[in-house]
Amino acid sequence: MTSRRDFIRISGLGMGGLAVGASGFGIVNNLSTSPPKGSELRIDPTRTPTYCEICFWKCAGWVYKNEEGKIWKVIGNDDDQHSNGRFCPRGTGGPGMYYDEDRLKTPLIRTEERGKQVFRKASWDEAFDHIAGKLKEIAEVHGPECVALLTHGSGGEYFSTLLKGFGSGSIAAPSYAQCRGPREVAYHMTFGEGVGSPERTDIRDTDCLVLIGSHLGENMHNGQVQEMSDAIDKGASIITVDPRYSIAASKSKYWLPIKPATDLALLLAWIHVIIYEERYDREYVEKYTYGFDQLKEHVRNMTPEWAYGITTLAPDLIRKSAKEMADAAPAVIIHPGRHVTWYGDDTQRSRAMAILNALLGSWGRRGGFYNPETVEIPSWPHPPYPTPQRTWKDAYPDKYNLAFETLASGICDATIPELSEACNFKGWIVNGTNLLKTIPDSRKVIEAIQNLDLLVVVDTMPMAITGWADVVLPECTYLERYDTIRDSPHRKPAIALRMPAAEPMYDSKPAYWMAKELSKRLGLKDYFSWNSIEEMLDWQFKQVGTSLEEMKRIGVKTFERSYDDLYFQQGEDVEFYTNTGKIELYSTSLAAEGFDPLPVYTPHEEPPEGFYRLNYGRAPAHTFGRTANNALLKDIMEENTVWINPKVAGIWGIENGQYVYLENQDGVRSSFPIRARVTERIRWDSVYMVHGFGHTNKLLSRAYGKGASDSELITKVHVDPIMGGTGMRGNFVTFKFEPAKTEAES
Amino acid sequence: MRYAMAIDTKKCVGCSDCVVSCQTENDVPIGYCRDWVVEVTDGTYPQLEIEIRSERCNQCDNSPCVRCCPTGASHYAEGGIVLVTPNKCIGCGACITSCPYDARYAHPDGYVDKCTFCIHRIKKGLEPACVAACPTKCMYFGDLDDPNSKVSEVLKKRKWKTLIPEAGTEPQLYFLI
Repeated sequence: MTSRRDFIRISGLGMGGLAVGASGFGIVNNLSTSPPKGSELRIDPTRTPTYCEICFWKCAGWVYKNEEGKIWKVIGNDDDQHSNGRFCPRGTGGPGMYYDEDRLKTPLIRTEERGKQVFRKASWDEAFDHIAGKLKEIAEVHGPECVALLTHGSGGEYFSTLLKGFGSGSIAAPSYAQCRGPREVAYHMTFGEGVGSPERTDIRDTDCLVLIGSHLGENMHNGQVQEMSDAIDKGASIITVDPRYSIAASKSKYWLPIKPATDLALLLAWIHVIIYEERYDREYVEKYTYGFDQLKEHVRNMTPEWAYGITTLAPDLIRKSAKEMADAAPAVIIHPGRHVTWYGDDTQRSRAMAILNALLGSWGRRGGFYNPETVEIPSWPHPPYPTPQRTWKDAYPDKYNLAFETLASGICDATIPELSEACNFKGWIVNGTNLLKTIPDSRKVIEAIQNLDLLVVVDTMPMAITGWADVVLPECTYLERYDTIRDSPHRKPAIALRMPAAEPMYDSKPAYWMAKELSKRLGLKDYFSWNSIEEMLDWQFKQVGTSLEEMKRIGVKTFERSYDDLYFQQGEDVEFYTNTGKIELYSTSLAAEGFDPLPVYTPHEEPPEGFYRLNYGRAPAHTFGRTANNALLKDIMEENTVWINPKVAGIWGIENGQYVYLENQDGVRSSFPIRARVTERIRWDSVYMVHGFGHTNKLLSRAYGKGASDSELITKVHVDPIMGGTGMRGNFVTFKFEPAKTEAES
Repeated sequence: MRYAMAIDTKKCVGCSDCVVSCQTENDVPIGYCRDWVVEVTDGTYPQLEIEIRSERCNQCDNSPCVRCCPTGASHYAEGGIVLVTPNKCIGCGACITSCPYDARYAHPDGYVDKCTFCIHRIKKGLEPACVAACPTKCMYFGDLDDPNSKVSEVLKKRKWKTLIPEAGTEPQLYFLI
């Protein structure tokens, strides 16, 4: 296949200008469209409020400046329920993102010079004119529905308004189909409500926390890690199920070193024990649940002895751990996890976890799951959005009816004409997500990109996806901009303000400004009718009883709950948002869609001889691939390693610290070598690596070539038939000691 | 007054926020650090144990670094905190060699640098940056001469150890085990 669109390495193409600071840009000074500066910013000289953008936990904090007035440090806001005044290392390392000299510095437009595709520096006006022209062309020829937004950043909110006004409803975050989607669907099927973010887990007051493949402490979901520590202080027990001896496992009363991909068998055995040893909450089950008898019958033969043969976990350990959680009930949490797209039956595994929570009566109970509350912030008045004629869903007429959000991978597939005829996307706006690492099988993502008439990438850093863009728009970092009001749910409803602590470096701009400027060129300015972002935020704050002025002083405002319903009251009648109005142990929605109404264990493919299951996870110092170039965070973790059991290392003659290449079942070899970490902390049937390394773009000067990318080795995807989640843990790797023969482009 | 720090190895998750917060608070240059995290794994799969320790200068009562400093740059300050006066330091590195904990480094500006227990913050009534930032609240700081300080209380309640006690340095960094 000849690529219509070449990958452009921004660095190697006479783009010396990119390395120059803001002072180097003569061409941008005459812009009519520059955002207002100075008077509008009115920056507090000592500290300004923000909420963190390094991950999705969105902790609120304060940005402090040094004596020279430069950004110095970021500290948590004591009044914030997300951070309780304490940031995680990534948030603390926020200034590293601001000071990163590798940032995108100016708009870029793809052009052709002497037969070669290159980027040329462009003014914002040129970039916007180019984008608006292309969008109008797509709308005329194919319809506005053929433009999609793929976003994983706060700025996406403004592009979302733009796209909805334009006439498209296809707005996707990879955090759904590539991450937490199956969990949300499973909890909706069971309790009629999702888990949400931050998770509604009452870890602070729990007596028993059960983690299934969830590695809290390594995934630095700040509030949860803090609460886990509080729970340890109070003597709560932790049960961890993981083939790897995780940090959480090391703090656990029971660690269940399970054979990978067999979790559902363990869960069913736990359900069996809890039902047949009569350890469930009888009153709760009778009052609130539907389908107990079917469930009881369903798990009749799923004994710990049955599970032993599948999971390799001793029956006694399964029984003891079940008793531990039942003894703690209802102050027990079978943690729903977050990244749950593993094997393709992930909704069913999440369902089994939800069922276990229901049997133990932990949903709606102190120390289990609380009922979160959100501040409802009205949108700035705008005309109604046009109704799109088609959406991404038309590409899948008989599939994924239970997916409540748009599938990023679905948009990707629907962009490739051979895979779908119903809705071929012709334009993508990609905001703050490096799709080549977030959606598995980057070859397919690139194929989709080749079918686009327009790819706009909005980012702060030259991530690999920027190399495929037609237009690159440099967004300023969260420390340099206003953004949407944070209104995440929590124990108490609360809001937080992000405001600029400094003016944008280089020629970078905030997303709200980009979307507003584009709206003018697309005849959509009525959707952005505010004169300044401050005017809009102040109006929104006033609708909920505060003001921008007050929020600048306090950063976070926490309100009292509207009702005393953090937990269910004793004996309270509760109607759940399910078909039966009950907690559905037996899911009527799944049955209606032709899926197993009760979770069924199905064996998954096992690694062939000489191969090991590729498991991946997080490190506390990094978020996805987006922080690898941050000098402060690179300083504490510069590269990932591949964890190998000493027995396996012995077979291959691999020494601790030696660099090896990994090759998967489809013959894909890692672009870069990865250091071996020979450790007892991993089983012999799997290897483990931290996600987000092995960057191939040389312009990420600190991250380039450091470690290996798990994403490029995940070429086999097990799609969840219920909601389209992309299961990524069915890939197997072996060890190689030299690079692939056809070396990756360098 | 005797400042000390106790760190709960049972709660620490090894996230290194202590390292990053120290780096930004004290402008520690990239590539250097005043504190660091050590993870020790014992055993054979699946019988395993991990101890995680956030380490730094032990602010020893009997500090070899102070004893060997030829210029008096390394000295004891208020509450027993060991400090280096940069403009007195000639960068000879004797203190770096003498420290059994490898807690000192040669700053690129030509002097030796190390943890100060954030004495500039203590003077303002604040905790050291690492203690204030730690998401797991696994670090306790205070005055050992005050029986009601957080550090005194936790050391009374919990089992603890110090590092390389046999070196005779009388370290003031305590690890709760």
